Amino acid sequence: MKVHEYQARELLEECGAPVPPSKVVETVDQALSAYDEIGQMVVVKAQVFAGGRGKAGFVKLCNNRDEVKTAAEFMLGNRMVSKQTGPEGIAVKKLLIASAVDIESEYYVAVVLDRTKRCPVVMVSREGGVEIEEVAEKNPDAIVKQWLDPHLGLVNFQAARLVSALGLKEKSQVKSATKVLRALVDVFYKYDCALAEINPLVLTRGGDILAIDAKMNFDDNATFRHKRLQEMFDPSEENPAELRAKEHDLTYIALDGNIGCLVNGAGLAMSTMDIIKLHGGEPANFLDVGGSVTKEGAIEAFRIILSDEKVRGVLVNIFGGIAKCDTIAEALIAAANEIGFKIPVVVRLEGTNVERARELLKEANIDALIPADDLTDAAKKACAQVA
Amino acid sequence: MSILVNSETLVICQGITGKAGAFHVANCIDYGTKFVGGVSPGKGGTRSEHDLPVFDTCHDAVIATGADASVIFVPAPFAADAAMEAADAGISLVILITEGVPTLDMVRARKYLDDKGTLLIGPNCPGVITPGECKIGIMPGYIHKKAEEGSKNVGIISRSGTLTYEAVWQCSTRGIGQSTCVGIGGDPVKGLNYNELLAMYEEDPATDAIVLIGEIGGTDEEHAADFIKHHVTKPVVSFIAGQTAPPGKRMGHAGAIISGGEGTAASKIEAFNKADVTVAASPADIGAEVANVLGI
Repeated sequence: MKVHEYQARELLEECGAPVPPSKVVETVDQALSAYDEIGQMVVVKAQVFAGGRGKAGFVKLCNNRDEVKTAAEFMLGNRMVSKQTGPEGIAVKKLLIASAVDIESEYYVAVVLDRTKRCPVVMVSREGGVEIEEVAEKNPDAIVKQWLDPHLGLVNFQAARLVSALGLKEKSQVKSATKVLRALVDVFYKYDCALAEINPLVLTRGGDILAIDAKMNFDDNATFRHKRLQEMFDPSEENPAELRAKEHDLTYIALDGNIGCLVNGAGLAMSTMDIIKLHGGEPANFLDVGGSVTKEGAIEAFRIILSDEKVRGVLVNIFGGIAKCDTIAEALIAAANEIGFKIPVVVRLEGTNVERARELLKEANIDALIPADDLTDAAKKACAQVA
Repeated sequence: MSILVNSETLVICQGITGKAGAFHVANCIDYGTKFVGGVSPGKGGTRSEHDLPVFDTCHDAVIATGADASVIFVPAPFAADAAMEAADAGISLVILITEGVPTLDMVRARKYLDDKGTLLIGPNCPGVITPGECKIGIMPGYIHKKAEEGSKNVGIISRSGTLTYEAVWQCSTRGIGQSTCVGIGGDPVKGLNYNELLAMYEEDPATDAIVLIGEIGGTDEEHAADFIKHHVTKPVVSFIAGQTAPPGKRMGHAGAIISGGEGTAASKIEAFNKADVTVAASPADIGAEVANVLGI
């Protein structure tokens, strides 16, 4: 789960990190009164999950009221299009109006899970304000890391090493940067983050340390124990079909192709996409119905797949284990009756209760249905149907 | 021979009175697994629907039954705690089936289990099976084929559930038996990983070849490739799922995500190629590639 920049700043500030004064607004009028309050020089920033805001003109430095008005009108009135949004872009509903600061230096600080070492790692770099992936590729030595003991958290000497790596020596700045690192680690543990990042953390010309932009991702498995995060959840930033799937315990991810996929198990679902591509087709989605799928859940899965207008054919690939083939067959028959299949549906079933499932499908005699013997046969047939 | 579990393994189930626990324990018992009891707080002293003794705590269960292994079906918020309880009670192998366990819970639990010297499989996994001897998990038993002496057998390690069944089925239908199949689970922080299991299969006389089914996300496959190059003499066949997955999206499994250019299928396949691992181009070719490396 992701949250907006202003929400990430809120969590950081609560844990003790200094951030510049700011306001969240939803209208141009509110933007102007926020400017009147914060004053002089501000940055107007669109609050969307997608990156590439700066290049798209959705982060603007404003020196007076008129510039704030122009920027706010533009951002709230236009859809933001960037590399990450796709050509249709996304609507902007909220803006962050933040006091602008004179920057002396920019730094990168983050806490992320190290899967190999199985613990959180704090990463800092003097090359702030740019994509950390770029730094990691071009100049990996510029990133300094400290791994955290799951019980001790950030130990004093580790904080000291990290701050020293940033090149900060002046006592008040060392103190302030240490406070920021502690706040970031606190947020990471307190809210079950997958990533907590401040980029950039800046040293102002006046000698202050401030967190300018923050980004956080949270462990989806842990949001059940964080009411605060549940309240921050913004469904308008999610793909509606993906949300609908989640409500039915299905995992659905929309893709660009035209062959809809209905599979049980994440690994098999990914492999089904792979084998479609191998035989010259393009998958329209990833869809894992899960192990404990019911007939109703599977019917909903067909609805979601068929609601994608790009879909020209469907590939059903089930290896019954916990999920039973006859459950899927019953759902297929019900979906054919309720929704109707106007496009071919290639079906490959194997595993638990497969004989019963085959009998059911034979009896139902659905025109659009094309049985397949194995994985390769299924992929070839699906690709041939949409070619 | 086999790794991890065999016909002597005594098993308890934490969460035996829950719907999932009860159902899968029944299937495992049908398969021939030696279940000796279960744990369900507040229900100690009763008997499960399988007529097994139920205990309030893992400690009571281990003292009364002498169990070696525990399979956990308790809900995600309590799953890591259950694993630690099993370790403290002296269980040497914990199989954590539960899906959706918070990652930071697993960070702490894994460290605790390591300190106790307890092996962990999972979370979010199908479990472990030594065909014909012992099935601890949710995999369908009948798709597997017992490893016969005098014939060639394969050991299978996988991050996925149903894709493992696919690979097992492709082997079984070709007459290739399995020594032991281990689903290590799709989460970013887990118990036994490729390298520990590769080392066990390398030592196991019943294993003639190894299948390693990986997927996008993390760098475990790259580490496995390095390990194979230096420590594994038996032939290894691999398949990497998610070659067509878009970056930044979590593909069902919590661990299956390409982020910051790390965890791509291309990087994993390249690492395996360098380690002389046979990488199946299609998930449908895993069985054929195994037959090929075994000279069948």
